[in-house]
Amino acid sequence: MNKIFETPLYAYSRSPDQESEVAVRHKIVIVGAGPIGLAAAIDLAQNDIPVVVLDDNDKVSSGSRAICFAKRPLEILDRLGCGDAMVDKGVEWDLGKVFFKEREIYQFNFLAETGSKRPAFINLQQYYFEEYLVARVRELQAEGKAIEIRGGNKVSAIGVHDDHVVLEIDTSEGPYNIETDWLIACDGANSTTRQMMGMDFGGRVFEDHFLVADVIMEADFPTERWFWFDPPFNRGQSALLHKQPDNVWRIDFQLGWDIDREEELKPENIDKHLRAMLGAEVEYELEWSSIYTFQCRRMEQFHKGRVIFAGDAAHQVSPFGARGANSGIQDTDNLIWKLKLVLEGSAPESLLDSYDYERIHGADENIVNSTRSTDFITPNSEMSRVLRDAVLDLAEEHDFARPLVNSGRLSVPCTYDDSPLNTADGLDGPEISRPGSTCPDAPFGDGFLLNELGDKFVLLTIDADAPELVEEDGIAVTRLEISAKDDTSGAIRRRYLGNEPTAVYLIRPDQHVAARRPNYNENLMRAAIRRATGKE
Amino acid sequence: MSDLILTTNIDHADDFYAALLGAHEGLSKADSDALNARLVLILANHIGDNDILSKAIDAAKSSG
Repeated sequence: MNKIFETPLYAYSRSPDQESEVAVRHKIVIVGAGPIGLAAAIDLAQNDIPVVVLDDNDKVSSGSRAICFAKRPLEILDRLGCGDAMVDKGVEWDLGKVFFKEREIYQFNFLAETGSKRPAFINLQQYYFEEYLVARVRELQAEGKAIEIRGGNKVSAIGVHDDHVVLEIDTSEGPYNIETDWLIACDGANSTTRQMMGMDFGGRVFEDHFLVADVIMEADFPTERWFWFDPPFNRGQSALLHKQPDNVWRIDFQLGWDIDREEELKPENIDKHLRAMLGAEVEYELEWSSIYTFQCRRMEQFHKGRVIFAGDAAHQVSPFGARGANSGIQDTDNLIWKLKLVLEGSAPESLLDSYDYERIHGADENIVNSTRSTDFITPNSEMSRVLRDAVLDLAEEHDFARPLVNSGRLSVPCTYDDSPLNTADGLDGPEISRPGSTCPDAPFGDGFLLNELGDKFVLLTIDADAPELVEEDGIAVTRLEISAKDDTSGAIRRRYLGNEPTAVYLIRPDQHVAARRPNYNENLMRAAIRRATGKE
Repeated sequence: MSDLILTTNIDHADDFYAALLGAHEGLSKADSDALNARLVLILANHIGDNDILSKAIDAAKSSG
C-alpha cells in the first residue's frame, strides 16, 4: 500500500502562465506548500484574496517530522476549517513520565484546563497535517476560491522591486517567470528565498545528534509521553517515546556529537537501538528514520519590502517543546489579516511592521524556552551535567525539584505585551485576557466562544451597552453580546471579567485582545481601532 | 521554628536554572566546584537556622 507521503497530491501540471509572452502578475505568491504555506494560503482564500502556492516537490512531507500540535494552533485550524479533521485523527494525551537511569522518577499531568473546545495537545504526523490542509485547499477550490498549488515549481531566482517581486521558476518543461505584488516565503529552515536575498539567519547551533525513528508496532505502552535521561539502553544520552495515530511510535535517541551519520542510519544499527530499548523479541516495522541536529536561529527582520518570511524560514528552534510548526501557524494567523487590510487599502503598509514586532517577540520566547530545554537534555559541560543529574535525583523524592526538570516546555501562545497595536489596559480584569493575549476559549451557548469570534474585528461586550457596528476609517467592528447570566460554566467570568461586573473587549481578527475597558466609550474605542490597525 | 521547604517554592524556576547555568558558563570544573561551594555557604548563611540546615544536609545526602 502506498503511504500518503509517497502519493503525489499536487503533481506538476502546466499553467497558462507558462504560455504567456509577458510575466503574469499575481497578488500573492507563497513559496512552500508545507504546513505554514498551506495555512497562509487557506486563510487568504477564505478572505477572497487570490493566492498561488509554489512547491518544488509534489507530496506531503515524508516521515512524521512535527508531531505535537498544541491548543492554540488547533484553534487557528478551526478558523481555517480543518480543526476537526486534525483532532479526530490525532492522539490526545496529557500524562508525561520521566525516567532517570533505571527508574521512573515521577509523572506529571498537563492539567488540561476544562472549558475550551480543543485539548492541550494532540499528536499527529506532519504528513496527515499537510494532507488535511491540502484537502481543505481542494474544498475551497470547489467553492470557486482562487487558490492554487503548483507542484514541481522550483523558484530559481528572485528579483525584488519596490512594489512587486519577479520570480523565475524551473519546471520539468523548462523555466517561466511570474510577478507578484507580495511574496510570502514559507520554504523552511533552509529557505532558498532567504538565501537568494542574502538575508541573515543568526543564532546558536547545538553540538549533538538525535536519531528519530517512526516505528509501527502493536505495543501496550499507554498513550503518554515518556522521557528518559541516561537510560540503561542509551547510556549517557536521552530518549523519548511518543504515540502517534495508526500504531506509529515516535522514538528519539540522543547520539552525541561525534558520530558517523551514515553508519548510524543503517537499519541494523537502528535495530540495535530499538531492541535495546524495547526488548530483543519486539516486532516492528520501521516507517521512517532520520538523524537531526538542531539550531536556535532567527532572522533580524521577518519582512523586507514586499517579501515576508513565516515559519521555519524566519525562525528555527530545537524540537523540544514542539515550538516549530506550532509557532509557524501563529505567524500566518498574525500576518494574513494585516496583509488583507493593507491590500484593501484600509491600513497602511507599516501595519506589517507589527508582524515583525509581535512574531519576533514570539520567536524569541520560543528560542529561550527551547534553548533551556536543550541545555537540560544535552548538558554542554561537566558542571551542567552535575547540576542536571542533581535535579533529577532530587526530583524523585522532592516536589520542589520537579519544575526544574526540563524535557521540553510545551508550546503555549505568547502574549504580545507592549505591542504597538495594544491600547493600555483599561480594565482591572484577569491577567490571561490582558491586551496582547490570545482570547481564552470558554463554553458559549451550545458551543465555544472562539468559534463565534471568527476572523474579523469583534467588539465583545459582557453586560455592557454598545452599538452593533462600529466603522472607523474602513474597519468594520461587529458586536458580540454576552451576558454573565448565560455563562453557566463561569468560565467567561473567570477569563474575561474577574471582579469587574462588565467589560468591553476589542478583539483582532487573529483573536488577540487589542483593548479592553469596563464599558463602551466611542472616542476611546475609535482610537483603539485606529491603533490596532497601525494608524496611531 | 519553621520546617525545611521541599515543595515548589521558586517562581519562574526556569529563569533561576538558566541563571545558575549561566554563572557556570565557561568555567573550568575546578572553578565551577568552587563557585558551587561559595553559593552553598552564601545560601546557608541566608537561611541561618541550624536545624533547617541540618535537615537540608540530610535531604541532600538521602537523594542520589
